[in-house]
Amino acid sequence: MADTAASRSMPSGNRNKGVALALGVLAVGMVGLAFAAVPLYQMFCSVTGYGGTTQVAEANPKGVIAREMTVRFDSNVDKTLPWTVKPASPITDKIGTVDTVTYVATNNSDKPITGQAIFNVAPDLAGVYFNKIECFCFTEQTLQPGETVEMPIVFFVDPDLADDRDLATVKDITLSYTFYASDSEGS
Amino acid sequence: MTDTAHLEAHATGHDAHAHHEPTGWRRWLYSTNHKDIGIMYLVFAIVTGIIGGLLSGVMRMELQEPGIQIFHGLAAMVYGVEGAAALDAGKQLYNVFTTAHALIMVFFVVMPATMGGFANYFAPLMIGAPDTAFPRINNIAFWLLPPAFILLLMSLFFEGTAGTTGFGGGWTIYPPLATTGHPGPSLDFVILSLHIAGVSSILGAINLITTILNMRAPGMTLHKMPLFAWSVLVTAFLLLLALPVLAGAITMLLTDRNFGTSFFKPEEGGDPILFQHLFWFFGHPEVYIMILPGFGMISHIVATFSRKPVFGYMAMAYAMVAIGFVGFVVWAHHMYTTGLSLDVQRYFVAATMVIAVPTGVKIFSWIATMWGGSITFRTPILWAIGFIFLFTVGGVTGVVLANAGADRALHDTYYVVAHFHYVLSLGAVFSIFAGWYYWYPKIFGYMYSEFLGKLHFWTMFIGVNLIFFPQHFLGLSGMPRRYIDYPDAFALWNRVSSVGYYITFVAMVIFFYATWEASRKKRPAGDNPWGEGATTLEWTLSSPPPFHQFTTLPKIDSTNAH
Repeated sequence: MADTAASRSMPSGNRNKGVALALGVLAVGMVGLAFAAVPLYQMFCSVTGYGGTTQVAEANPKGVIAREMTVRFDSNVDKTLPWTVKPASPITDKIGTVDTVTYVATNNSDKPITGQAIFNVAPDLAGVYFNKIECFCFTEQTLQPGETVEMPIVFFVDPDLADDRDLATVKDITLSYTFYASDSEGS
Repeated sequence: MTDTAHLEAHATGHDAHAHHEPTGWRRWLYSTNHKDIGIMYLVFAIVTGIIGGLLSGVMRMELQEPGIQIFHGLAAMVYGVEGAAALDAGKQLYNVFTTAHALIMVFFVVMPATMGGFANYFAPLMIGAPDTAFPRINNIAFWLLPPAFILLLMSLFFEGTAGTTGFGGGWTIYPPLATTGHPGPSLDFVILSLHIAGVSSILGAINLITTILNMRAPGMTLHKMPLFAWSVLVTAFLLLLALPVLAGAITMLLTDRNFGTSFFKPEEGGDPILFQHLFWFFGHPEVYIMILPGFGMISHIVATFSRKPVFGYMAMAYAMVAIGFVGFVVWAHHMYTTGLSLDVQRYFVAATMVIAVPTGVKIFSWIATMWGGSITFRTPILWAIGFIFLFTVGGVTGVVLANAGADRALHDTYYVVAHFHYVLSLGAVFSIFAGWYYWYPKIFGYMYSEFLGKLHFWTMFIGVNLIFFPQHFLGLSGMPRRYIDYPDAFALWNRVSSVGYYITFVAMVIFFYATWEASRKKRPAGDNPWGEGATTLEWTLSSPPPFHQFTTLPKIDSTNAH
C-alpha cells in the first residue's frame, strides 16, 4: 500500500509539466501559424496570381501570338461611395498586344471624394497572365463635386497563357473593379 | 476547503481517503475527479443535445410543406413586425436556427460527449491510471463550457442584421456575411463563445495527452493500449493542432468587425477566401475529432460482443493515426467552387480519396472481428452495427463529393446535408449511444432495460434514415441548403424527411424513459455484465468504480489482450 497514487505521482509530476508545456507551446505555435498565414497567403497570391490577382509590368517583352482573347470590363461601386463608374467596352485583340481602355467616373455628390479601386480578373486562373502597365487603380483618385474623369488602363495578356492547359478553352477574360471610398469622406 | 482537507488527509494517513470524498454541490463544482467530470460532460451534452435537437425540429416542421408556415409567425411574435417584414425576418430567423443547431451540435454536444464525457471517464480507467495528469485543469476545462454555451445562447438575442437578432450566416461564419452582413453584436457573442469552448477543448486535450503518455500502468506500452485510448490520443492531438487555427481565424474576424483591421476585407487589401482556408484547416480535422473517439468505442463494443479480440489491432491503431494525419491536408475539398486551379483541385481530390483507405481498413476490421465470433446481440452492439452501416453510407457519399467535378453540381445542396448527417448525426451520435449503453452499467452500476434499449435503437434507426436518406434525392435534384422554402417538386421527400424527425423524436423520448426506468428499477449490473469478451481494465473494477481507483496499479503482462 506504500505505492499509492499520491506517492507515485511525485516523480512523474515534473514529467507531466514538461509534456503539458510542450503541448501548450504547440497550441500557441498553431495560433501563430494562423496569423503567419495572412502575409504568406498574400505573397502566395501575388506570386501565383491565385484568386485572380493581376500582375504589374513595365512592358511586354514576349511579343504577340496569333490566338485572340476578348477582354471584358466590369465596374461595381460600393453603396457608400456616391460615384457612377462606366466600364470600358469589350476589346478583342491578339494575345500579347498592349491595349489602352478607359473607364469614366463621375462624382455625383456636392463634395470632393477620394476613391480607391480594387480589382481581380475572372477566370481566377488568368490573373497571373494579366499584366497592367498603367492603371488608375495603382493610386487613389480624388474627384471634385460633379467632376467626370477618364481613367485609363494600359494592359496586355501574357502569351504564356497559351501554354496553360487549364486555360486552353478560355476565350475571354473579365477585368472587374470595385470602387470604395478610401476613407471616411465617402460615408 | 481543499487545503484543510489536504492537511487532514496527510495528518491521518492513507485511511483519510474517505474524508477526501466531497459531497453535495462541492463534489461537482470543485470536482477534480475524472469520473465525476466525465459524468458532468455527459449531462451537459444531453442538455445541449435537447436544445440543438429541438432547433432542428422547428426547421423540419417548417420544411414539411412548401411555403413558409412557421417562421414568419415566430418573427412576428419576437420582433413585432407584420406582413412582408415578418416574412423577411422569418427567413433570417430560419438561418439563425440552422446556424445555432450546427454550432450547438458540433461544439456543445458531440465534442463534450466524446472527448469530454467518455474520454475523461474511460481513457484513465483503460490505461490503469488513478486519475488524469492535471485534475484541476480538467475541472476548469469543463466549467468553461457552460459559460461558452450561455454566450452562444445569448447571441440569439442580440442584433445580427438590422432589425433581427441572432447570427444567420451558417456555422462556417464566412465573411463578408459575417462582417458587413451582420453588423450587430450577435456574432461577437458567437466568436467569444467559440474562443472559450476552444480553450476548454485545448486544455482538455493537453490533459488527456499527458495522461496517456505518462500515466499508463506498468507494462502497458503504447502498442498494448486499448484502441479507445488510442483514439483519444489521436483526437487530442487533432484538437491541439486544429483549434488554435480556428481561434486565430475568428480573432481576425473579430478585429475586422470591431477594430478596423482588414484581414478579410477586400476593399482594404484583405481576402475573404483566406478565411475559408483557415476555417477549413480547422474544420476538416474537426470532423475527425468528432468521429475518431467513436471509432475507438465501436472497436471495443464489437470485440466485446463477438467474444474475440479486435481484428488487426495495429492496423486499427495506425489507421486512426493515418486518418488524423491526412485529415490535415485535405481541407480545400470544401472549397472546390472558389476558383482553385485544376491542379490544386486534382491534388485535393486524390488526397481526400486516400482517406477512404484507412477508413476502409477500420470498417473491414470491424466486420472481420464479428466474422466467426459468437455474437450476442445486446443493445450496444446493435448501435455499433448501426454505426458501421450508417457511417459507411456517409463515407460513400463522401467519396462521391470528394470529386471536384461532382461537387460542382452537389455543392451546397441537400446531398451534402445528407452526407455529413450520415457521418455525424448518425455516425457520431450512434457511436455515442453505443458507448452510453455499453458503459451505462459501469458508470451507474445499474442495468438498463434491454427491451427499451433495443426499442430506442430500432425507432431511432428507422427515424434518422427516414430523415436523411431522402435528402440525397433532394440534393441530386438540386435543392440548395440553407433556404426556408422550396419549389413544390421537392415536397414529397421533404415531407418524408419531416416524418422521420417525428419518429426520431419518439426515439429520444424512449431514450429518456429508458434512462429513468433504469434509475428507478436499480438492477445491479455487477463488475462485468458483458462476460469474457470485455477485457479492458474498467471491467476489473466495481460498478460504479470507486471514487479513487487503482491505488495498487494493475500490471499488464504480455499475454493480455487489448
